[in-house]
Amino acid sequence: MEWLVHFYALHSKLIDQVGINAIFALSLSITLQAGHLALANAAFGGIAAYVASLLSIARGWPLSVTTLIGAAAAALVGAAVGWPVTRLRGVYLAIATIGFGEIALIVENNLSITGGAEGLSQIPNQTTTWKIYLVLAVLAFIFWRLRRTRAGWAIAAVREDEHAAASFGIDPTRVKFWTFVASAAIAGVAGSLYAHENFFIAPGDWGFSRMVDILVYCVIGGAASPWGAMLGAGIISLLPEVFRFLHDYRDIVNGVVLLAVVIFAPQGLAGLWARDRRGRKATPPGAAEAQGS
Amino acid sequence: MFDQQLANGIFLGAVYALFAVGYTLIFGVLDILNLAHSAIFMASSFVALALVRHGVPFWAAFLAATMFGGALSVVLDRVAFAPLRARGVGGGALGPLISSIAFGIIVVSVMRGIFGPDEIGYPSGSVPTANLHLGHASFTAMDLSVLLVSLVMMILLSLLLKATPLGRAIRAVAENTKAASLLGINVEHTIGLTFLIAGALGAAAGILIGAQFNAVGILMGQRIELKGLAVIILGGMGSIPGAVLGGFLLGLLEVFSVAYLSSSYRDAIAFAVMFLILIVRPSGLLGKRAGRTA
Repeated sequence: MEWLVHFYALHSKLIDQVGINAIFALSLSITLQAGHLALANAAFGGIAAYVASLLSIARGWPLSVTTLIGAAAAALVGAAVGWPVTRLRGVYLAIATIGFGEIALIVENNLSITGGAEGLSQIPNQTTTWKIYLVLAVLAFIFWRLRRTRAGWAIAAVREDEHAAASFGIDPTRVKFWTFVASAAIAGVAGSLYAHENFFIAPGDWGFSRMVDILVYCVIGGAASPWGAMLGAGIISLLPEVFRFLHDYRDIVNGVVLLAVVIFAPQGLAGLWARDRRGRKATPPGAAEAQGS
Repeated sequence: MFDQQLANGIFLGAVYALFAVGYTLIFGVLDILNLAHSAIFMASSFVALALVRHGVPFWAAFLAATMFGGALSVVLDRVAFAPLRARGVGGGALGPLISSIAFGIIVVSVMRGIFGPDEIGYPSGSVPTANLHLGHASFTAMDLSVLLVSLVMMILLSLLLKATPLGRAIRAVAENTKAASLLGINVEHTIGLTFLIAGALGAAAGILIGAQFNAVGILMGQRIELKGLAVIILGGMGSIPGAVLGGFLLGLLEVFSVAYLSSSYRDAIAFAVMFLILIVRPSGLLGKRAGRTA
């Protein structure tokens, strides 16, 4: 037990970051599950982080209240932005959301209430490890239950084939809109937790490079799988620590791993695991070899 | 004041256009959003700078680094896109977008390892700095060279696409890969050459902008990447004349907004325009297809 206490004392910051990144990964996972690529999660995380931090600095409200208000604010902005953009398809949706993210960043950089480019400091340090992992567990449970509900089936149907889904009475645009709003809210929770873990936030924390990080978590783990998304967040958050000895070159590891996964394991690590499990049950002759090559 | 702003806008717009033309060429042919284009832009700028610092004259360094950018772009295709194409993963899918991001991360990381995180300038006297005047506008010889080189390259590209067998092959592949292949066009070869051209154009933009502002840095790619996106959306995804028009329009818009409105929201203009265009008219000013679902 003692080594565990020691390990935690040494790495608590990293453990917290893994958890927060996993929540960010889940937030992107829900839109990916519906088959659309929206890239504004970092921006929504930022919006909620600013709202929640300003409230806890000014009013001293507890983390649960400020986080909920922050997430609601992110969801509200998400609804306003999502209404027009979820009607766009494919790469156009991705670009529109990138554009929105950049605008949010510039606004945060220029407002006085957000502290401009210097950011906000002296945010009360209310986030603790158990709170992060409690939120993560609740979200994971919801994602797990969601699969067997009507909403879960509708999301999967829209991902597999929009037209077929529409012919079964599912409105793809509605599904895209609500997954977009949910995604914004979850990203907001992650953003608020991040802010109250770090004392300090600045616009640069919510830029395109963080969005790419979140996307990487999901792709490494498996784009359409919430388990994969969390696994990916864990692995990618830890890789830079493992490869610290590479110094300036350590981002290469991220790039190479990402490239290898996209090319050799397009379903991500979750896909590899599912394939392995299927393979053991009943493998058509030659199938395993063909996939493994 | 007005003349000066007009000149500044045109010089800025020329580089935006040159960057965006390569970006949109790949999208037009393969339906791929190539997010590694900006890494090639940045890497080539460093290569040119390194050559100049080793005593190579600027024009020779420009040519060599442009070829380097073209070659790197071909490597990008072979490593990041060709394997996905072979598996039948089409454009618009998540795969090519991610693999281009991955390739970009690798290039940026290598460049940071070699050149460090700081911005580096050209040695004094290695790029033309003579001051020129036209009307009430003053600019350097480098500014003018940037504009001329960009215009020449864009004109050459449109001639190549319109009037050569390679241009016809590229347009055929862009229209329909299978049909092009049935007509006896070597699709993989054509795609490779398209990447070579796009990479060389992106590289040229990077080298010119590095020399013009006398600053080459790791972040210069990131800075133009999303601006370039705004340019090709404004002009219409996949449209070469659209990218040129969009580049100049954005350059002028930015310069004039700083001059007559305020500088703090300068960068927001590009993204606000992009966002509006996507919602109101996803096909852009000169694009042919709409990006909206039925």
